[in-house]
Amino acid sequence: MLAVRGVTLQYRTKDHLVTATYRVSFSVLESDRFVVLGPSGCGKSTLLKAVGGYIRPVEGDILLDGSPVKGPAPDRVFVFQEFDQLLPWKTVKENIVFALTASGKLARRAAEECAEHNIAKVKLSEFADSYPHTLSGGMKQRAAIARALAMEPRILLMDEPFAALDALTRAQMQEELLQLWEETKFTVLFVTHSISEAIRIGTRILVLSAHPGQVKAELKSGACDEAALQELLFDA
Amino acid sequence: MPDGRVDFVVVEKPLAAWTRFWNIGAVRKTFLLLVLAGLWEGYARWLNNPLLFPTFVDTLKAFFSGIASGELPRAASYTIQLLLKGYVAGLAIAALLTAFASATRIGADLLETLTSMFNPLPSIALLPLALIWFGLGDGSIIFVLIHAVLWAVALNTYAGFRAVSPTLRMVGQNYGLSKVGYVTRILIPGAFPSILTGLKVGWAFAWRTLIAAELVFGVSSGSGGLGWYIFEQKNQLLIPNVFAGLLTVILFGLVVENLIFRTIENRTVRRWGMQV
Repeated sequence: MLAVRGVTLQYRTKDHLVTATYRVSFSVLESDRFVVLGPSGCGKSTLLKAVGGYIRPVEGDILLDGSPVKGPAPDRVFVFQEFDQLLPWKTVKENIVFALTASGKLARRAAEECAEHNIAKVKLSEFADSYPHTLSGGMKQRAAIARALAMEPRILLMDEPFAALDALTRAQMQEELLQLWEETKFTVLFVTHSISEAIRIGTRILVLSAHPGQVKAELKSGACDEAALQELLFDA
Repeated sequence: MPDGRVDFVVVEKPLAAWTRFWNIGAVRKTFLLLVLAGLWEGYARWLNNPLLFPTFVDTLKAFFSGIASGELPRAASYTIQLLLKGYVAGLAIAALLTAFASATRIGADLLETLTSMFNPLPSIALLPLALIWFGLGDGSIIFVLIHAVLWAVALNTYAGFRAVSPTLRMVGQNYGLSKVGYVTRILIPGAFPSILTGLKVGWAFAWRTLIAAELVFGVSSGSGGLGWYIFEQKNQLLIPNVFAGLLTVILFGLVVENLIFRTIENRTVRRWGMQV
């Protein structure tokens, strides 16, 4: 479904040209929970942004259902790590309605129903009319996930969505994400630097090396344990 | 405790009536105003020189008779009309300039250069020049008002746009907003705290500039605003009326700041948690 073929990504800092990933290839199939795992600075977030359409590859192609990705679009919805991804001037429900109506997916009335349904799915009904700043970090991430799921994108892009949460909340959110996946079997591309999270979340895991990111291995989640991944990740 | 309750700790109890009353900001401020008025009255009585410093009561009398005669309301409404014209024109130009600055790099440089040149220049200093260009009358005043409003608003709005977080920008792009939608639905609300600050500062600058322009130069002598009213009453040595004019200026400031801008703040940035 999503094909990434020989993608090299570069970005400019003030006085350097940095190669984030070098000739990375992988493909994500329908209903995959595809995890990109790598140490900090391996360009995995940059890679996800490229799939999102925010960055153009200098080499290689990114194809979604056979056609090249051109710019950000609602068929690839992002969930970010940062808590400020909800619009602070809208309530939880309005945030979801905004996403649905701004993208022209649903009209106002239908969007409200859809929002309520998805808020219930992430167990936030009580807080549907709350402004984001009154919510805890975990609740904000749940709201962001609800907003992304309501869009029913072809593929959900998650950029370390649980990294800024405390350990307890993180474990709970991982569990909830898996439960949500059981319901609709959405396709998700999930980026993380945590080995345990990769094993928990992923059906398939792509391991990247650092500086610049290159593919080290692609594994089925059942076929590896934490120690093996650790070795793979940190051995040169 | 048999039932597991602890009796000596307060879990939640209403505060005493007096504490709650004192917690209302308006109550504390009213109290302060009363104290200040009392001090004024006391000092003026002790000084006993109505030409230099009329009492609070005399000022109030002059104020109400000014309202009754229609002179003060006429002057005030003239000033407000002029102010609104200048303010709105200033906002429109600021919007254009900010849009240009946000769209192109050279526009941003232009805004930064112009702002650093003109922001420190008091608007009133431009009035002599404006008088030559636009003559005695509204044109000159509106010109200096625009100058007073423009830089504060443009600078704050532009700074606010730039401070909108990259995450919010990416979210905005993700949902396929048009260019206009992106500006009106992401950038403007995201920058709203700064924009509001700009509006407040611009309003204060404009208000001061206007009163000063009317007062010092008597530019609008034909019809006469509040500044002109103050100037004229001074010439006739009607000092309580001068004080009444000043009081009107202060009252407008209080109303705009505490009613209009505070209400906007409470309904927007405070409710959104973007400002405490």
